Amino acid sequence: MNLTVVRLTVRGLLGRRRGVLLLVVPLLLLLIAAVAGGSHGDKHELAVRLLGTLGLGTLVPILCLVVGTGVIATEIDDGSIVYLLAKPLPRWQIVTSKLAVAVLTCWLFAALPVLLAGLIVYGGGGGLALGYFTGTLVASAVYSALFLLLGTVTRNAVVVGLAYALVWESLIGNFVSGARTLSVQQWGLSVGRAVAAPGEITAHLALGAAVPLLLVVALASVLGAAHRLAGLTLAGEE
Amino acid sequence: MAVITIDKVSRWFGNVVAVNDVSMSIGPGVTGLLGPNGAGKSTLIHLMSGFLAPSAGTVTLDGAPIWRNQQVYRQIGLVPERESMYDYLTGWEFVLANAELHRLADPAAAARRALELVEMTYAQERRTGTYSKGMKQRVKMASALVHDPAVLLLDEPFNGMDPRQRLQLMELLRRFGAEGRTVLFSSHILEEVEQLARHIEVVVAGRHAASGDFRRIRRLMTNRPHRYLVRSSDDRRLAAALIADASTAGIELDWTERALRVQAIDFEGFTTLLPRVAQQAGIRLLTVSPADESLESVFSYLVSS
Ligand SMILES: Nc1ncnc2c1ncn2[C@@H]1O[C@H](COP(=O)(O)OP(=O)(O)O)[C@@H](O)[C@H]1O
Ligand SMILES: [Mg+2]
Repeated sequence: MNLTVVRLTVRGLLGRRRGVLLLVVPLLLLLIAAVAGGSHGDKHELAVRLLGTLGLGTLVPILCLVVGTGVIATEIDDGSIVYLLAKPLPRWQIVTSKLAVAVLTCWLFAALPVLLAGLIVYGGGGGLALGYFTGTLVASAVYSALFLLLGTVTRNAVVVGLAYALVWESLIGNFVSGARTLSVQQWGLSVGRAVAAPGEITAHLALGAAVPLLLVVALASVLGAAHRLAGLTLAGEE
Repeated sequence: MAVITIDKVSRWFGNVVAVNDVSMSIGPGVTGLLGPNGAGKSTLIHLMSGFLAPSAGTVTLDGAPIWRNQQVYRQIGLVPERESMYDYLTGWEFVLANAELHRLADPAAAARRALELVEMTYAQERRTGTYSKGMKQRVKMASALVHDPAVLLLDEPFNGMDPRQRLQLMELLRRFGAEGRTVLFSSHILEEVEQLARHIEVVVAGRHAASGDFRRIRRLMTNRPHRYLVRSSDDRRLAAALIADASTAGIELDWTERALRVQAIDFEGFTTLLPRVAQQAGIRLLTVSPADESLESVFSYLVSS
């Protein structure tokens, strides 16, 4: 970790218009929770839809995509990454510093609102809110690492990331069970299920498969991103 | 002594050859990298600063490869051509961050010294996003100097500067050169390079075209024999008439091409001589075309601009 890289990254991430964009996800979750929490339907069903489908399934990956690519892809695009790279700093340090900022941002703007929304609509019962919170913590860390790597690999990181999160995980994952094995969302749900009381959270993957996959993907993403940075080339002025 | 050595280096992008089998070595003092747009100057500077891998050949700093070697940045300061530089930071914050990233013992003192060197302390509390081109250039310069590097690489540093800023930067670079640092800057303007560089490397269309001090480069450009291919109604008689004039260095009758290959010493003299001689002798000129046109037009471009 390098505190200067952390500081530069935080200011770049929160200082621009993106800072406002980050507030949309928590506001949306809490607003829906407040409105729907007063209704008389099936509370469990509501909580699963709000925290699982909308939260962990849709808003969390989108926010992590904005943040994960935002901590590095913007700098690569405009060329200012040169000032970090033209230094005798190990590349993995740049990556871990940026990743730490991304993860904490996602926890603050995605995981914490999931917990609060869960408490609003369902209370602390059955450890459901806590389960989804834990699942979101884990999933958003891995999403951040994955999307950070994506930002170092392609200039179309946002499009590719959206395709992965929404098309692969949500759409294909609903129909093809094999796709669920390779889904950060499912890995998060698997961890959440283990935290909550039995029957509260449904997941399609055993914990024994989910945890190694989470760790491997996170680690591989950091190493991959560090490798990409070490070999980053500057494009000529077009 | 810090020396960058480029040894038989080529770099291609797909089927575009940006740098073609170039060898040169850049040592202490100020060196100008001169060439028209698209010649491969930025590509060479990226190769020398570790931001591009050579497709063939090697680029080294005192014998150590530069590509994928972060340790070289202890000795190299780079002033890139692009302007983007964390424009939400103030000049002070930007230069200080660069000093910290180098893990200097006293980053604040180093940042202050660098900003003083480029005379930007007066605007250091302003966000760099509000700076003019010349101010950005100087703060970029400060960020590259903050760790007191032995090598300074600058890509088109005078672009967008007003005459006063230009003089100031020249003065600064001259001083660094005199201190024994290795300073390399690129430019497409001969006058700029002449004023500042002790040594000039000329690149044209990816090739290393010439090398030497400015007198030598000037001489090469204005006095080098210009070659023309000439076809006329009577090549033999035209040849005889041309060889009588001092601006003609040599003539060859090319039988396969059915043309004259003429070497002229003095470009301007020859272009007025040829039509006059032809008219006097009653010979019709059919074709007059410069041979090795690319180099020809480039040199005349560099000389006239
Ligand atoms: N990333 C790239 N992809 C494709 N072509 C490139 C790239 N970078 C440079 N070139 C080409 O290489 C040549 C040299 O470019 P450059 O080094 O930028 O020239 P200069 O800096 O002298 O103007 C040009 O023809 C340019 O179009
Ligand atoms: Mg250039």
